[in-house]
Amino acid sequence: MMNRATPFDHLILILATLFMVLPVAVAIMTSTHTAVDIHSNGLSLAPGGHGVETYTTVLTKQGGFTGQVTGLRMMMNSLILGIGFAVGKIVLSMLAAYALVYFRFRFATAMFWVIFTTLLLPLEVRIMPSYQVMSDLKLLNTYTGLIVPLLASATGTFYFRQFFKSVPDELLEAARIDGAGPFKFLIDVLIPLSRTMMAAIFVIMFVYGWNQYLWPMLMTTEERFFTLMRGIKQILQVWIGSQIPDYNEAFALAILALAPPVLVVVVFQRWFIKGLTESDK
Amino acid sequence: MARIDIRNVSKTYPGAATPSVADIDLAIADGEFIVLVGPSGCGKSTLLRMVAGLEDITGGEVSIGGRVVNKVDPAERDIAMVFQNYALYPHMTVRENMAYGLKNRKTPKTEIEARVAEAARMLELGPYLDRKPRGLSGGQRQRVAMGRAVVRQPAAFLFDEPLSNLDAKLRVSMRGEIRRLQRRLGTTSLYVTHDQLEAMTLADRLVVLNAGRIEQVGAPLDIYHRPASTFVASFIGSPAMNLLDAEADGARLRIGQNVIQAGAGFAHRGPVTLGIRAEDLHPAATGLPFRTDLVEELGAQRLVHGFIDGQALVLALDPSVPVRDEMFLTVAPERLHLFDTAGGKRIGTTDVRAVHARVPA
Repeated sequence: MMNRATPFDHLILILATLFMVLPVAVAIMTSTHTAVDIHSNGLSLAPGGHGVETYTTVLTKQGGFTGQVTGLRMMMNSLILGIGFAVGKIVLSMLAAYALVYFRFRFATAMFWVIFTTLLLPLEVRIMPSYQVMSDLKLLNTYTGLIVPLLASATGTFYFRQFFKSVPDELLEAARIDGAGPFKFLIDVLIPLSRTMMAAIFVIMFVYGWNQYLWPMLMTTEERFFTLMRGIKQILQVWIGSQIPDYNEAFALAILALAPPVLVVVVFQRWFIKGLTESDK
Repeated sequence: MARIDIRNVSKTYPGAATPSVADIDLAIADGEFIVLVGPSGCGKSTLLRMVAGLEDITGGEVSIGGRVVNKVDPAERDIAMVFQNYALYPHMTVRENMAYGLKNRKTPKTEIEARVAEAARMLELGPYLDRKPRGLSGGQRQRVAMGRAVVRQPAAFLFDEPLSNLDAKLRVSMRGEIRRLQRRLGTTSLYVTHDQLEAMTLADRLVVLNAGRIEQVGAPLDIYHRPASTFVASFIGSPAMNLLDAEADGARLRIGQNVIQAGAGFAHRGPVTLGIRAEDLHPAATGLPFRTDLVEELGAQRLVHGFIDGQALVLALDPSVPVRDEMFLTVAPERLHLFDTAGGKRIGTTDVRAVHARVPA
């Protein structure tokens, strides 16, 4: 049993919460002021009166050189990237782990370690070859090119492998006697059992995909493929002459960029914790 | 319903020098309840899993219902298995768990429903059909596992230590349930356990395994009263049979300084191992001098541990019999078991089967 929480404990918790939440609150509040206001008065903790128009502008204003890209468009691109990433990585790493754990082919363990050591290599190491391959395949400026090269996931494979290993062998044997082949066992037993694990990996991978910056910047030159991360950068770059940067719009975009991952985490939170901590067998 | 024939079956794991299961020959009649019993690592589970098809057979042949199944997939062998840890699908309800095997076999929906309902009624699982396994107690889970086997109406049931995860009281009642169910359905059953009491109570015939080989096959009481080796003698029965070093000289047996008479017709010379069941020893005015060391009270009987001529011994006495520090013990000559000291095999056969009337089945 834990000790009763003392006022001191609460103080620490409150301080930590403030520390985490305040910057976000400042960003939200500041985004409702005009750019001029922000430029002269700095950041603000009080709401301004221009929230609706700022967000409307950000979401709908045609921007960029070609005028092809709006905030909504960027948001959609980010979502496609995030969800495509998460789903693709789950499918791929689950199948890889299934093969590694349940099919005793030669060098399975060696294979696993090869996959595992790729964890040590960040994207930046292979970014040029990856770009070259995509370019040769004429996949620059496509969603396929954006998503597929980053799908292989050592982390996901590792998590699923550990999870599958913890599934009792008798379950497989019972399923075999019940007439379930490898495919049916995967669909009917393993996938339902790994729902919480999938949710956990979905959260991690969605946020990872959502936050991608370097790879989309390399892969896409057309503005209609811009993601939110690039949009923010774009706005802050227009400091030309005496023109005031659109601080308010940058803040609004930042908030928009923040919202979906937060939403995903909130929605999947319970499963997320379950998937990473508890084995429900 | 089918007979199972196990012919010269061996299993050698890759890289192992000696086989885990060697030359097992066993014919199981239709409807028979066979229990494989032995200490852990004796190969009993391996043998069962070879019959189930979960383990490759490296030598010999298994046939179920006259069909050799060495290369047949477990699902096609027409068997159902009950596992020690139940192996229920955690995400499926009791109903779905029982129906899964039938669904995969494309059984018509109405037929599945009827069979599940019937099994649920038989196993008193009706109120739990829509629960998940996690909401059930251990005994209920084991009943679901049995239900899953029953609905399939297979040629044979295979049980792999199904009661080992249950507490002692539940184990006794489930034991009865399994026996009743098997009698009622008349399905050939092969049951693995390391618990000799479970083995004794369930089996039509008992197969005692040791180090991958059959030590003895027989009805439980035959094995109890005529163990074929010191291994069987010490494994079957609780407390274990007393085994004493003795010197045989014709019908006279010398235990240290003491001499007793073996049954008539026994003519063997040299060192033997003498086996005496704890309940066959009785205090008397004269006989073997016994020094009491420790008394265990079990209620219905008491176990008295002590020594005869320095050799440990235990006797089971009625609580009304007074226990003294020094006693003399006698044993009827026909209740003596004699084993070869070197090989442990039974010698000097005195037929004791007549002494115990068989319980009518």
